Amino acid sequence: MQIGARSDALRGKNCNKYTFHVDIPSTVMVNAVGKALVRDNMMKDKKFYTLTADYIFGHDLARAAKSFFDANGGKIIGDELIATDVTDFSPYLLKIRQAKPDVVCSNLAGNQVTNLVKQYAEFGLPFPIVGFNLNTADAWAAGEGNLSGTWPTVWYHTLDVPGSKTFVADFIKKNGKPPENHAWIEYVSLKMMAQAMNETKSTDTDKLIAYFEKETQFDVLKGRKGYFRSWDHQLMQEAYPFTVKAKGKAKDKWDMLELGSAIPEPQESLEVIALTKEQNPCSM
Amino acid sequence: MQFEFLLEQVVNGLVLGGYYLLIALGLSLIFSVGGVVNLAHGAFYALGAYVSIEITNYLGFGPAMVLSPIAVAMLGILFERFILRRFYTADPILSLLVTFGLAMVAEQLIRILWGAAPISVSMPQGLKGSVFFGDFLFSRYRLMLLAVVAAVLVCVWLLLHKTSFGRVVRAGIQRPDMVAALGIRLQPYMTAIVMLGVGMAAMGGAFFAPITIVHPAMGAEIITVAFVVVVIGGLGSFWGVVIAALLVGVVRGITIHFIPAAGEASIYVLMFLVLLFRPRGLLGERIEKFE
Repeated sequence: MQIGARSDALRGKNCNKYTFHVDIPSTVMVNAVGKALVRDNMMKDKKFYTLTADYIFGHDLARAAKSFFDANGGKIIGDELIATDVTDFSPYLLKIRQAKPDVVCSNLAGNQVTNLVKQYAEFGLPFPIVGFNLNTADAWAAGEGNLSGTWPTVWYHTLDVPGSKTFVADFIKKNGKPPENHAWIEYVSLKMMAQAMNETKSTDTDKLIAYFEKETQFDVLKGRKGYFRSWDHQLMQEAYPFTVKAKGKAKDKWDMLELGSAIPEPQESLEVIALTKEQNPCSM
Repeated sequence: MQFEFLLEQVVNGLVLGGYYLLIALGLSLIFSVGGVVNLAHGAFYALGAYVSIEITNYLGFGPAMVLSPIAVAMLGILFERFILRRFYTADPILSLLVTFGLAMVAEQLIRILWGAAPISVSMPQGLKGSVFFGDFLFSRYRLMLLAVVAAVLVCVWLLLHKTSFGRVVRAGIQRPDMVAALGIRLQPYMTAIVMLGVGMAAMGGAFFAPITIVHPAMGAEIITVAFVVVVIGGLGSFWGVVIAALLVGVVRGITIHFIPAAGEASIYVLMFLVLLFRPRGLLGERIEKFE
């Protein structure tokens, strides 16, 4: 079970028979936010300035973003590669101001996003900022009044689904604070693994793989069940865009995000937001 | 227009350099006087940030910026008294190891006390946003920070060059044996220098907390740049560190203007070039005890 890395490449040309991916990959994150941007009229003919983390995940995200922009009429007027140890973004912010984009877009990862978001608020640039990757803990760390825009997530603790609510309540009882996205990923991964072992009455690797590859449905504490796609081992599941609640609207410091409705739409197949077989070079 | 953009990067680099200075100056002082490379310097920077957040929760932003460096400087006394002091005359590898170990202990301690997840902190609303000077854009917060750094710099310079305390410290850098022969014990001075250096690092952490992510490993992130500044500036030189810090900020800004992906690499290239032509750093003095 691969519970953290999000690059398309791991499910694509580097895919592996023995790896199953629980978190959503780059393309799904781009689609989750991209669809929200299209809906909000922030895509067609808009000028985007992107900041991209300079390693495979960032490059992957940028590639997915570019194909979304190309397909939906967005224009990239600047893309900066950011070394992974950058903590000060001021020179990049000056370049953004000079370029005057319509939307600033983050393809960064980990706590670099928090640094960017904090410094973006510090400089107070007028262009809206969005991003294709942001962990819940890094969003919380931005602090009130710093984060804005639309971002993607695999899960958030305010999700209105009974199974999810029970998990959140139990987690809070034990840890005194709500779970963030990684807690959810780890929990459902373990649950799926346990279900596989129970059903197959085995811990044999090949039997477990066969069980997952049957595209068995799993309750992943979301509105719809999920399943591992047989040919690239990616968990097909709903994803969500989120925005930031207006000042004073959050019940506590963990309630600062406003979860958007799930994508894909209920009547659509879960696979419409994932890479298609033509786009994904995975062969096991 | 292109030239103006470049100039804006230069000025922004100078502001950033001022911030590096807070961390690097203390590192340089401790090294120059005690001969100890304090690899735990970043840990004090991180502690400064965490303590300032705690104090902000109770007393607000202003008091936190003053009290956090003072509190961490007090820790610096213990650090000097019980650890550093044993290593002034020892093999340098020992002090490297002990301060490196301490940096790791401090990081884990922060993890235990405040948790591994990053902590959120915001600056006062009034300091947010930018100001324009002509066509130049500045972050209001960083301008305030620059003023603080300038004030600290003046105070440290006065302390080192216009007081009897500073005379002893400067003499101690060059000829500790002669200072001893004159009947002056260097140890209390060393304690004060460590306090000062560690306090400045904590001040850097406190002031940078609102614009950077506060997490347990933040000390390790800053220490490398601080070292680069000290090495470029040269040991024993106040102005060397000042010039190096500003230079590092400016070179980074200009590089990002032209080749964004090489921004972080540029400061190491700068260090390489400086060392190639001036192995002692820009204004480094010849210090006999290190030769």
